[in-house]
Amino acid sequence: MIGAVILAADVNVAQNVGFGIIAFMMIFSALAVVSTKNVVHAALWLVLVLAGAAAQYILAAAEFVAVSQVMVYIGAVMVLFLFGIMLTRARLGSEDGLNNPSWWIGIPVAVVLFGLLGYAVLDAVEDGVIAEAPLAGANNEATVEIADRVLFQYLAPFFGMTFVLLAAAIGAIVLARKD
Amino acid sequence: MLAANFLLLAAVLFCIGVYGVIARRNAVMVLMSIELILNAVNLNLIAFGLMNNDADGQVFALFVIAIAAAEVGVGLAMVLLIYRNRRSISLDELSELKG
Repeated sequence: MIGAVILAADVNVAQNVGFGIIAFMMIFSALAVVSTKNVVHAALWLVLVLAGAAAQYILAAAEFVAVSQVMVYIGAVMVLFLFGIMLTRARLGSEDGLNNPSWWIGIPVAVVLFGLLGYAVLDAVEDGVIAEAPLAGANNEATVEIADRVLFQYLAPFFGMTFVLLAAAIGAIVLARKD
Repeated sequence: MLAANFLLLAAVLFCIGVYGVIARRNAVMVLMSIELILNAVNLNLIAFGLMNNDADGQVFALFVIAIAAAEVGVGLAMVLLIYRNRRSISLDELSELKG
């Protein structure tokens, strides 16, 4: 099925090859995140997953989301994670006891969940082909469209989100300060 | 591009994240696994936006990124507080609420 669709005329082969390489890198890094015995290494593997996601967004013509992903996740969230690791005095080398005693329960849960999700996805979209993403013009219409929607149609959720961020910042300060 | 490609990649990442949440004991590692799950959801939103040729998917993905940043900030502050009180961030030792 997949081979036949890749040979179809309306599928961009280079785009699919790029997608495959990045997807393989992301899955490998994600497995390393949940299996490494070193907390700092897990954080650095997570950077690869997040960078791969940003690359996939660019492939999907979502440049603004890709740049936001790089700035927010790789820039801010990873620094938070590394500070969290350092402040909880994790050992810099590998350490035991990062997994629960009954960690193996996660394997059947993940496999069954993937079976269900994969069945649902293949059942829903079959071999549907996504149309080639339109190239952005000089005015970058895609980003203009996002701005229009955020500041018009989704203005109320946007304000709600700003209050959530404010509350989270204040809450983090209150929780983490020493009295 | 195949529609199923994006959705299957997101499903794989989601399942790896779920495995991490179940298997890990270190609180920081559990937060990292939650990040994997949120990224899988973002990939799905972008793919749906591309399938429908609509910018709503990207708008929702931006909202999810903002909420994830807030979640990590509060979550790591709580982990620091737990570490300060107990000198340990093993989640299976936090059983005070167990009946």
